[in-house]
This record gives sequence, C-alpha cells and structure tokens, in this order.
Amino acid sequence: MKDKETENKSGISDWIDERLPVFTFINHNLRDYPTPKNLNYFWNFGSLAGVTLVIMIVTGILLAMQYTANTEMAFDSVERIMRDVNNGWLLRYIHMNGASMFFIIVYIHMFRGLYYGSYKYPREILWMLGVVILLLMMATAFMGYVLPWGQMSFWGATVITNLFSAFPVIGDYIVTFLWGGFSVDNPTLTRFFVLHYLLPFAIVGVVALHLVALHQFGSNNPTGIDVKSEGDTIPFHPYYTVKDYLGLGVYLIVFAFLVFFAPNFLGHPDNYIPANPLQTPAHIVPEWYFLPFYAILRAVPDKLLGVLLMFAAVMVLFFLPWLDKHKIRSANFRPFYKQFYWLFFINCIVLGWVGAMPAEGIYVLISRVATLYYFGFFLIIMPFLSKFEKTTDLPSSISAAVISEKFDNKEPSSSESYVK
Amino acid sequence: MSEKDLKDKDSLDSIDEDKRDFLFITTAGLAVAGGAVTAFSLIDTMNPAKDVLALSTTEVDLAPIEEGQSLTVMWRGKPIFIRHRTSEEIRTANDASVNDLKHMASDESRVKNPKWLVVVGVCTHLGCVPLGQKIGDNKGEFGGWFCPCHGSHYDTSGRIRKGPAPLNLEVPPYDFVSDEIIKIG
Repeated sequence: MKDKETENKSGISDWIDERLPVFTFINHNLRDYPTPKNLNYFWNFGSLAGVTLVIMIVTGILLAMQYTANTEMAFDSVERIMRDVNNGWLLRYIHMNGASMFFIIVYIHMFRGLYYGSYKYPREILWMLGVVILLLMMATAFMGYVLPWGQMSFWGATVITNLFSAFPVIGDYIVTFLWGGFSVDNPTLTRFFVLHYLLPFAIVGVVALHLVALHQFGSNNPTGIDVKSEGDTIPFHPYYTVKDYLGLGVYLIVFAFLVFFAPNFLGHPDNYIPANPLQTPAHIVPEWYFLPFYAILRAVPDKLLGVLLMFAAVMVLFFLPWLDKHKIRSANFRPFYKQFYWLFFINCIVLGWVGAMPAEGIYVLISRVATLYYFGFFLIIMPFLSKFEKTTDLPSSISAAVISEKFDNKEPSSSESYVK
Repeated sequence: MSEKDLKDKDSLDSIDEDKRDFLFITTAGLAVAGGAVTAFSLIDTMNPAKDVLALSTTEVDLAPIEEGQSLTVMWRGKPIFIRHRTSEEIRTANDASVNDLKHMASDESRVKNPKWLVVVGVCTHLGCVPLGQKIGDNKGEFGGWFCPCHGSHYDTSGRIRKGPAPLNLEVPPYDFVSDEIIKIG
C-alpha cells in the first residue's frame, strides 16, 4: 500500500514533468546546479536582491489598493494609509525603506562584480542586463518618490524632469511631453503612478534573462578562475541554499531594524509637507542612492554637459567588459587594480557625500576631483592596466586555492574566507 | 576544521542526524510562523480601515415628512428608507398573520414608533435597491416595496412576502433623539 502511494506520487510528477519540465527545471537550477565551492558571502547579494524585488512588488500592490493618484488626494491618501489602514504604516515603511535596501543590495552586488571581474568573458551580457536592471530601478524609484506628493516629491520631479530641458532645440518639447502639461501636475502624477506600477514587472522580466545568462556559464568565484572539474563545484542545494538563508536572516534583521526603529532615517522631513508649486524647499536633495550621480551633475558648470556626464556615469558601465580587457578576473591577483578599485570605492562614497552638501566652496572642488577620478578609473586606468599590469601567481584551480588557503598556514584575509 | 574532517565530509558516520532534525524542525517552524504572521499582517491591510469602520452616524429630521411620504437617506454607503406610514398601512402591516410569513417577525418588533418605519433599502436577495420610495413607483402586491431585479415583494413593514428574497428588509440601529429627530447608527 505504502509502496503504491509513493509510486503514484512520482507517477504524477513524472507525468507532468514529461509534458512541462518544471521539476527538471527546478532540480537543474536550484538543486543540483553545480556552483563553485569557494563562493564567499558577497555572492549572497544576488538572491537578496531577488527577495527584495518580491517584497517591493507585494507591498507595492497592497499600497496601490489604498493609494489615489490625484494631486488633490495623493498626499491625504498616503496619510490615510499611515493612520487608518490596518498595518498601513508597516506596509508603507517596508516599501519606503525597501527601496533603500534594494539599492544598498544592488550596489554591493555591483561592487562585488567589479572587484572579482564578474563582467568579463563570457559574462558580458549578464553584466549588461544587470545595468539595464539598475536603470529600470532608478526610473522606478524616482517615480515612486513622486507619488506621496510632498514637497520633495514635487520638487524632485520638477528638477529631474527639467534635466531633459538641457538638450538644445528639442529639450523643452521633451519636458512638456514628460509632464503632459506646462508644469509637474496631475497628468504627470497619473503617468508616474502607472509607470511606477508597470516597470517592476519589466524588472522581473530582465531579472529572468539575467538568471538565464548567469546559468549559461554559472557563477564567477573569488579566485576568478574557471571551473575546471567537478571537484571544483558543489551542488547549490543544500550548500548555497543554507548560505543564502543565513545571509537572508541577517539582511532581514537590518531591514526590520530600519523599518521599526528608524523608518524615516533615510527620508526627508520636507516630504511630509504637501506639495506646493509656489515654494521650493530651501535645501533640495535627492534620495541617498542618487547622490553620487547628483554630485557629478553639479560638478560641471555647464548645464548640458552636466546632464550628459550624469547619464554617462551610468552608461559607461555598459562598456565595462571592453574597457577592462585584462585576462585575470579577480582583483585578488591584480595588485594595482586592487588599489585603484578601493580608491574608486571610496571615491563613490565621497561623491555621495558631496552630493548631499550645498553646491558651493570646497564641495565644488571635491566633486570635480571625484568626478574626474570616476571617469578616469573607467576610461584611463582600466584600459591602461589591461595592457601593462602583471599579476601575482594564480592558483592552478579553485580546489588548489581552497586547499592551500586552508592548510598551508596562510591566513585567509577577511575579504576572502573561502570555505566554512 | 582539520584535514581529516574535510576528508570525512562524505562519510555518513560524521553526520549527527538527531541534531540535524532538530535544527531543521526549529528553523522551518520559525520560518513558517514568521511567514504566517507577515502574510496575515499584509492581507489584513485589505480589511476595512479604521476610517471605514468608524461608526458613522446620520441624523435625520423627520418633521418635513408628511404622512404617506417617504425619505431616502445614506448611511454607511447604503440607502435607508424612512416611511411615515398612514394608519391604513400600519393596519395592513399588523393584519398579516406572523406565522404565515417567510421570515417571521411582527410589525411591532420592527418599529420604535408605529408611525415611522426605518429599514435598510437593500433587497436581501442580491442587493438591489427596491422601488417604492417615489410616488409613481411600483410598490408591489403588498403596498410596501418591489424589487425590480428579481421580483421580490415587501409589505408595509418591509417584510418579504413574495419572491426570491430570503429575509425581511434589515432594520438598522437607530434612536429617537427627540420626537422628530432620529439618529441612525
């Protein structure tokens, strides 16, 4: 009897699997999927980004059920969510801080890729799809910030849409088209709401492509060496499911701390003042995740050039695989690149910091130097090092690297703890 | 971790099954509990919000309503029928034998002052608003209300007498604030 039952059960899944190979697919991609055995915790951030996307979509759909996209009612409908809707405050705080968490996760994910050379052959398209996701996220986050229709929402929308007025001749037409009128008003709010709801599903689509591209060659790893034999890999489940779960737990603790103890820490109090088209707030700043790009915009005294440079700051990432053609992926074996990399990392933080400061005095100078290094890193240092940098000795394989690290009295450095 | 452990990792002897079961059950148990609490909190946002639940009350001045006239007011998004009944209407409502009714209720039990009938104007069949408030309306075979959707007839006490509706028109909670003013809700 018992045997028959199990036989039946596998019979049904086999029957389905033969016609629609879902079980094979899951098994292939989440279970047996051979993964380099030396991935460190920086490899958690892809799955964390995926989880965050799901959190944002679920809370977003529930918020959309309570929100009204109309200039007369938007602000009040958000306050109603905060006061009257059951757990509405929780819903909104998760969604609000979720946007920040999403950018933290994705930025770390990108710096990981930059350090370990994950964008190099054969993963160029994987990287470029990631940049597409970043662009979609930026557009979505910007439009979402406009929806509560507070002072920062309104003036943020005004400033960012006005960027397009920098283009000669067609600029003004573009801006009028974006607004659907002659200023940021009801038509703008309505279309931003529709696009804010639509784009996340576009992100889901690109994420699917990102995963297809990832699983074509599998994950990169801290040594940057290709997988050479089965001995270099371990099955995804249970090894990396467990590792991802641990990371997820830590991540959710941080996320929950922000939501429950400092929900407005990353926001601006001005956004709790209803939008007023007649008065601009004294100090207008974008959300923290846009600050480095905002700093680049303000570093240039020319309007058009500033705008172009800001767009270029993101666009340059598309060309990364062709700017850095060095054969070695991991910065662990590139002594010079490693130092320029960390300087670049600090430089990005400096850009973010000056982006939040008033555009005057010493801050202008700092932002110019930092902007110069930002582009210099990609356009000069990377191609130069590709040609001339000599590397330290590479391990012969992933397994060799793991074993030597473990048993040759070599202390693993904090950034590369290979095996637990 | 020693070299020996690394070599032994494939041997099943080194696995403490009980410990693993314990870890698995506690982890999965907490994850399920946390997931359930989160899911409940999220789904709960779709329930009526506090502003919706806040018991809204409507005060109605009955003075302008002449005998035989009706008034429709809104309460909690629904129409409330108020009828100043004639003595004829009160008599027919009382004449009906309670035991023969589909949904047994005496007229007395449905009014606070026999002159005034206050009911929720929503048909108990599928939620349409019955006719009978306006002068030219079809009031049905029993002189009360007639629902045009599926043909339910209500009498002058708002009780279902004929047709598919299962229950009498609901009597909302209300009080006479003074002789001429009622407060619904």
